[in-house]
Amino acid sequence: MSLDKITLVRLKDAGIKQDEKWLVQGVSLEVNRGKIITLIGPNGSGKSTTAKIALGIYKNYEGTVEKFTNKIGYVPQKISIDWTLPLRVADFMVLTENLSADEIEEALSLTGVNHLVNKNLGNLSGGEFQRVLLARAISKKPDLLVLDEPVQGVDFTGEIALYELIKKISEKLNCGILLISHDLHMVMSATDHVVCLNGHVCCSGSPIDVAKDKEYKALFGDQASQTLSIYEHKHDHEHTDDGKIKQKN
Amino acid sequence: MFDDFFIRALVAGIGVAFITGPLGCFVVWRRLSYFGDTLAHSALLGVTIALSLEFNIALSVFITASVIALFLIQLQKKTNLPGDALLGLLAHSSLGIGLVTIGFLSFIRFDVMGLLFGDILAVTTNDLLIIWIGGVLILLTLRFIWKPLFASTVNYELAEAEGLKPDIAKAIFTLLMAAVIALSIKMIGLLLITGMLIIPAAFARNLSDTPKKMVLFSIIGGLLSVFLGLFSSLKLNTPSGPSIITAALILFVISLFKIKQTIKLKN
Repeated sequence: MSLDKITLVRLKDAGIKQDEKWLVQGVSLEVNRGKIITLIGPNGSGKSTTAKIALGIYKNYEGTVEKFTNKIGYVPQKISIDWTLPLRVADFMVLTENLSADEIEEALSLTGVNHLVNKNLGNLSGGEFQRVLLARAISKKPDLLVLDEPVQGVDFTGEIALYELIKKISEKLNCGILLISHDLHMVMSATDHVVCLNGHVCCSGSPIDVAKDKEYKALFGDQASQTLSIYEHKHDHEHTDDGKIKQKN
Repeated sequence: MFDDFFIRALVAGIGVAFITGPLGCFVVWRRLSYFGDTLAHSALLGVTIALSLEFNIALSVFITASVIALFLIQLQKKTNLPGDALLGLLAHSSLGIGLVTIGFLSFIRFDVMGLLFGDILAVTTNDLLIIWIGGVLILLTLRFIWKPLFASTVNYELAEAEGLKPDIAKAIFTLLMAAVIALSIKMIGLLLITGMLIIPAAFARNLSDTPKKMVLFSIIGGLLSVFLGLFSSLKLNTPSGPSIITAALILFVISLFKIKQTIKLKN
């Protein structure tokens, strides 16, 4: 039985404008069941924005967005929680879904923070909170996981373990994962499909194909390029400030 | 032992405390205290409309407060003024219009003081019915929208992304706020309603480490305030609304000592 092509969310030529300026435009991508698709790109290239369009947080987008599931787990890049709320980790875990104590325990154990279950959310360190965020997103056994830099602030060994966990979860739950990551090793080793953004889709494909792409190196420079590829190539166009391709005179 | 009017006031006060407890928590969590004030000020306009058209007061206050809330949302979209300026604008202009209208209603005997500070001792059996039936409806509705409302209070984007429809919950909550004000205006008075929402919730915050506990303590704080306030009002012959609020404040001050202890323990 092949589950390769069960699409969970599909963006076609999607983009969003703010004050007459495109934040991101012309993005087409598909997240399928059991697959990890990763968005890479420099700061301000529209990665988080693209994720938010896919999630339906931004509503005034252009193009088409089709969502085929409502079972979604989301780890946002930035989260502003009012720390004056009396909120323990256990309360936060059941924020959008009712879970049993066992399910909460299980999810927190997976990310290594089950000892924090009764702690106040405001007393966690950045890395601990990030682990709780990830545990909350996977605990509801979603069809679609959207992870926006899910391991930021986590220590180095923890980072590797969490990425392994993410990969394991995509297999175990057979869910689709839309990942935003700066960790190119991770992108290389675990991702099925890479979309390289810089205000628009610069290039996309399997990690190896992307590493060969000339636009990739222009965006990430030599070092990153060596990480993914031994290819040398020239960049044939320049970008304007909003990420469009600069017209040659 | 007690007179009928006192029993009625007590039963009404208990009803109000049950409603303001949970809603007050959300007012504190969502930082809506000034928003509550604005709706309460607009209630005066609602009362004058009811009196001039010989219309049910609670219903009229509910409708006026809802309209003001909708108006506020429109203003927020169409202007660049900060939220607190818009709230102040609406609060004081609706209070102004309300008071001007009272001037025109010279043919009606009108207890402005009772309206501003509450007249719990003039509560009729009819008012009791409205408070308790309305209160049950408000609490059932709140129970129904609890999940999306609470989730979006913690983080709007998480709630929206995971399909909880927080905008609908927020709109319903705004109507509930208008309804609470409509139900409790006669008891507490429009200048003190926000106090009844905030002070028991603030008291509860000092004693709670989970949202559910805070709701529970907020209700208990409200009930204690009503009992203490009403009995002292009877004994000392003080106005009832302000007595209840003063009692709530005393509870809050006591709860501060508990917080001090916890902070000491932590260090």
